[in-house]
Amino acid sequence: MTSASWQAQVYAALKAARITQLAYVPDAGHAHLISAAHADADMGTVVLTTEEEGIAFAAGAWLGGQRAVLLMQSSGVGNCINMLSLPVNCRMPFFTLITMRGEWAEFNPWQVPMGVATPIVLTAAGVHVRRADHADDAAELVAASAALAFDSAVPVAVLLSQRLIGAKVFAK
Amino acid sequence: MRNDGTLNRREVATVLLREPGDLLVVTGLGAPSYDAGAAGDRPLNFYLWGAMGGAAMVGLGLAMAQPRRRVLVLTGDGEMLMGMGSLASIAAAGVQNLAIAVLDNGRYGETGAQHSHTALTTDLAAVAAACGWRATATARGMDEVEALRDRLRSEPLFAVLRISPEEEPRHLPPRDGAYLADRFRRAVGVEGL
Repeated sequence: MTSASWQAQVYAALKAARITQLAYVPDAGHAHLISAAHADADMGTVVLTTEEEGIAFAAGAWLGGQRAVLLMQSSGVGNCINMLSLPVNCRMPFFTLITMRGEWAEFNPWQVPMGVATPIVLTAAGVHVRRADHADDAAELVAASAALAFDSAVPVAVLLSQRLIGAKVFAK
Repeated sequence: MRNDGTLNRREVATVLLREPGDLLVVTGLGAPSYDAGAAGDRPLNFYLWGAMGGAAMVGLGLAMAQPRRRVLVLTGDGEMLMGMGSLASIAAAGVQNLAIAVLDNGRYGETGAQHSHTALTTDLAAVAAACGWRATATARGMDEVEALRDRLRSEPLFAVLRISPEEEPRHLPPRDGAYLADRFRRAVGVEGL
């Protein structure tokens, strides 16, 4: 399966989950989803200066009756911890897709701390953590995770493994 | 140092929230939530008691989900400073139905009234303008506040109200987040979605 194909299926899963707002700090691993969202007249898009803005944004969308998804990289998870108290305290859904760094053929040592810490700190903050390692079940995992988040009103994070995304090449 | 404001925060909140109608109101943690509660608790007030730095972005998400409604974020200088980047995100998003009013006393009121950056060196209205907000205002007198009441309900405006650092008696609105979110969604008409 080509990488564009599993990402297109993930985008379709977001749409099928009735998500209509997509907030992000850009990451190369999310490039397909970001451009698909911008090309979609029915998807609101917001580029953020820092990842925790997306958690507050998603809470506001929920108060207004709409479903949002936050796209970020594992490094951005570190910026999010206190803001996660908002959906947790208010018993709101929260849904995020996180591209992992620092765990598979990583060139940049600065990515390793949050690569290790991401599932641990998310779990400590009350988030249900799921992990997609394979292209052939990524979309199904995203669909099931979105359903958990929005139907059971809990925070859910799907980690897209670095092996799945492909390690970043710094020098060609 | 910049000069402290002299406006009475409760008078300002009373004017800004007078006859709210179906205005959607989000308040930042601390005194702005108390001020809004004192002006009149209602289901369409969503009081934050945490998530510092997030009030403006909650407003953005709400504004984008409810494009035909007006959203007002009422917050303090400390909370707005912590979410300063959101001024860029919101301007870039280009929504027309969101306004922000900062009750700026230059103090971190919940922690012992230490000086914030707006008492020292920072002009939040200038920050917003530089981030791309086309309409900004700073008010120091009640006549200006009166004029801002209607503008905050009809324009994508960022307004700074220079209030006195004097504290008012605490008036504590509800703080149960699940209750606040549920009653807000019911009042908007989106429960069950």
